[in-house]
Amino acid sequence: MEVKDQRIEIDQRITIEPTPVGQLTPIAIQAAPPARREWLTRLLRNRKALVGAVLILFFLLVALLAPLIAPNDPSDFVAAPNQAPSREYIFGTTGQGQDVFAQTVWGARISLGVGFTVGFFITIFGAIIGLTAAYFGGRVDDILSLITNVVLVIPGLPLLVTLAAFLPPGPLTILFVLSITSWAWNARVFRSQALSLREKDFVSASIVSGESSTHIIFREILPNMSSIVAAAFLGSTLYGIGAEAGLEFLGLGNVSLVSWGTILYWAGNNAGLLTGAWWTFVPAGLCIALVAFGLAMMNYAMDEITNPRLRAEKETARVLKDRSLRNARATPVVRSSAP
Amino acid sequence: MTQSTLQQRRDLGKSGETVLDVRHLTKYFPVGGIFSKKQVHALEDVSFVIGRGQVVALVGESGSGKSTIVRLIARLMPPTKGEILFKGRDVLKTEPRQASLSYRSEVQMIFQDPFGSLNPIHTVGYHLSRPLLVHKKVRGRADLRDHIHELLTTVGLNPAAEFASKHPHQLSGGQRQRVAIARALAVDPEVILADEPISMLDVSIRMGVLNLMERLKAERGITYLYITHDIASARYIGDRTMVMYAGHMVEGAESEELMRDPAHPYTQLLLSAVPTPELALAKRKVVTRGEVPSLIDPPPGCPFAARCPKVMNVCHEVMPGVEQINAQHWVRCHLYGPGATQTPATPS
Amino acid sequence: MRDLCVQYLTPRGPVRAVDGVSFAIKPGEVFGLAGESGSGKSTIAHAILRLLHPPALITNGQVFFNGEDVLDMDDRELERFRWREISIVFQSAMNSLNPVMTIGDQIIDVIDAHMQLARGEAQERAAFLLDLVGIDPKRLASYPHELSGGMRQRAVIAIALALSPPLMIMDEPTTALDVVVQKEILQQIEELKEKMGFSILFITHDLSLLVEFSTRIAIMYAGEIVELAPAQELFSNPLHPYTQGLMNSFPSISGPKKKLTGIPGAPPDMVNVPSGCRFHPRCALVQPMHTRVVPRLHEVSPGHFVACHLY
Repeated sequence: MEVKDQRIEIDQRITIEPTPVGQLTPIAIQAAPPARREWLTRLLRNRKALVGAVLILFFLLVALLAPLIAPNDPSDFVAAPNQAPSREYIFGTTGQGQDVFAQTVWGARISLGVGFTVGFFITIFGAIIGLTAAYFGGRVDDILSLITNVVLVIPGLPLLVTLAAFLPPGPLTILFVLSITSWAWNARVFRSQALSLREKDFVSASIVSGESSTHIIFREILPNMSSIVAAAFLGSTLYGIGAEAGLEFLGLGNVSLVSWGTILYWAGNNAGLLTGAWWTFVPAGLCIALVAFGLAMMNYAMDEITNPRLRAEKETARVLKDRSLRNARATPVVRSSAP
Repeated sequence: MTQSTLQQRRDLGKSGETVLDVRHLTKYFPVGGIFSKKQVHALEDVSFVIGRGQVVALVGESGSGKSTIVRLIARLMPPTKGEILFKGRDVLKTEPRQASLSYRSEVQMIFQDPFGSLNPIHTVGYHLSRPLLVHKKVRGRADLRDHIHELLTTVGLNPAAEFASKHPHQLSGGQRQRVAIARALAVDPEVILADEPISMLDVSIRMGVLNLMERLKAERGITYLYITHDIASARYIGDRTMVMYAGHMVEGAESEELMRDPAHPYTQLLLSAVPTPELALAKRKVVTRGEVPSLIDPPPGCPFAARCPKVMNVCHEVMPGVEQINAQHWVRCHLYGPGATQTPATPS
Repeated sequence: MRDLCVQYLTPRGPVRAVDGVSFAIKPGEVFGLAGESGSGKSTIAHAILRLLHPPALITNGQVFFNGEDVLDMDDRELERFRWREISIVFQSAMNSLNPVMTIGDQIIDVIDAHMQLARGEAQERAAFLLDLVGIDPKRLASYPHELSGGMRQRAVIAIALALSPPLMIMDEPTTALDVVVQKEILQQIEELKEKMGFSILFITHDLSLLVEFSTRIAIMYAGEIVELAPAQELFSNPLHPYTQGLMNSFPSISGPKKKLTGIPGAPPDMVNVPSGCRFHPRCALVQPMHTRVVPRLHEVSPGHFVACHLY
């Protein structure tokens, strides 16, 4: 039988931990974590990862190269308002007469910038709180969990709206507001995962070796959670981009700045739907959707790559297809002349 | 370690100096919801002494408290009551909140699950480097590398350079356990606490690991506390054997004597239940009743009373005290108490 | 069983977990199958009842039971065959028992699947089975978590005996239990065997247990049987170096204390099995020829078979 890939190993000794609270997929702890180079090759070969990465990179490039792609100030009033897409203005003009294409391109900067930064902050913050609570337990855990639960329970959107209304409008406010209200979910996820890792013998062994708590948290426990951290970052960024656009759409951002969210705000303000000027909101909306899609794809791909159970199932399915066998109730008996 | 230190250790071994003195160690765990006052009596009033260079085996079934003892001595959790004296100093008093680095360099531990006691993301070399670095046993990278290779060679993992760069999942169970032993050895400890080190290994590999432990004892004068549920391996490696039941320590003696003349009815039961092919022709029938009692808020008296074939009224009321059968052999059983009217029962 | 071969297909290549195993179990005997991890013993247990799922395949052999080849049966015939003719007890009772059903319901479930009994009769039979294995029939209404480990395993045995099959496979049934409970359960099984007359295929890594409990023992290594003999004969006269090594791995509680060495090396990688005799990398008595030629299982003395070039 032709061997497809020499380097993939199935470790039969896989223990699947019970799904921790808030965790979406079971994580197999004992199985062989892929070496760093294997990670990269697997990532590149995974179709979902490719699609996701391409999308995200594309938009990141657009944001970076905005001055080259759309050289003029996107807030300039350049033509008659609500003009349908034409050769000159390929996305048409807004309800005020601005270039939708230029706006969409430049809007990527704030939207992606705030989105990724929020994702970064709430992942880090959630990790610190969750890991500390899990590792130290006792009083520390009680207090941190209380805070986490309170923040989790407070209705998010009203809180966001209230805070944003008090502070000076703008992307920094939104960044601040999202960061301090949305870390709780991540904290719970990290805490439960870290709790189950803390019970592992290798953590006890580190304690007995005389390791400091800092070392154990950051060099023993956290690296075993790297796939969850990556997934949390992707998910949090997705949330950040969407929430930011949402807040700006509600008018809580600085509406004189250009971002995908404010584009949507103005499109709504100028009754884009009623007038049939679909080009004023579709591009921005589509960009948000595509970036979210890309992030979600990368999330799935990360899951597949790091979760050996899913990998094993995929490989089993492939192997069965090669031999044209189906999953039957009874063990198939395939007698061949060659044993 | 220097030859003179080794010689010192060996000499002291002969003089029977006490290395570990555990007194009235007790551990309760709260159980049930936040409003429940119930407690699991995992360990109740356990006391014993280990002399330098000895291998003391602790035998018990699951739930007997043997793993709890080891974790208390390793200071992975605090006891509810009791004292731990290491080389004469009361460590719970001198370092109440956290074990000192000095304690950690003298008391090390090997765990039961070879797959769980090594961090899957780190190499073998990393695992061994940590204790060497934390306890400042090496100077510079070359010294570190040499030490690591020496440790690997000592535990029989050759070629050392190759093994140092492997990850745990690339090793077999026996090899992982050897790495765990090497890690414990890195700090040059006085005492190694071995929590069922071979029970999860393949049968043909077990003796190799046990023999390694014995060799290290002979070469380095290490004292062992060996936990197991397999009383036969306790006899193989242990100078002394102690028996635990339901959180209590019920008997202690030199291993040979314990096998030959078990005093406590539970020890007798345990020995009769071990498969002994040599005696297959004289198959002994084990007559027992009941199971191990619950450890939650247990009733007073001897925990074995419900199952003991020689139970008396007093057994249900009062926990037996320690009775010396001879200089090396003690038991906690009313059959041997001062008021006992019958002679100690011979094993049936 | 004749020449059974079971393979697992992995991306690294096919793993020949069981490679040409043949043996026969007589009525009323306890046939012990000993081996370590990777020897293939559990695979055999599952293969007999065709419980393995792809990527596991049976690639050769025949398993005759009362003249019928189990490997030729279709799904319908297998359904009738399983549990009625051969039943199985797995290692961890907690995994075999449904935690949300009472013990009674689970036994009755099995009875209903195969026999047409009225509800009352099924209850009676369930109570009878529990009593048979030494559990108070009142526990029919208990859930698995309410029973101790030993009682759970007895309940699993009761389920296995529900249809009085002539052969019961036991795959490491007592490994997870305390040694005292293990002894009690095995005694119980012995009594039941005498009373009901079934045979047992007893699979375990604990050779000393097998010698006490079995009639005949087969030692497996890397998917093959390397030695087969009556229990006492195997114990007093082990021929294969692997068997001798295994015997040298069990400390005893009585008799003189001798140094035990176990066996050097580790079980082989089943994707790339050693050439010739699969044990040769770990054998102290290896000769060049042993690395090239596969030894066949042959009879060395009446009833005593061994697969080794030394004989």
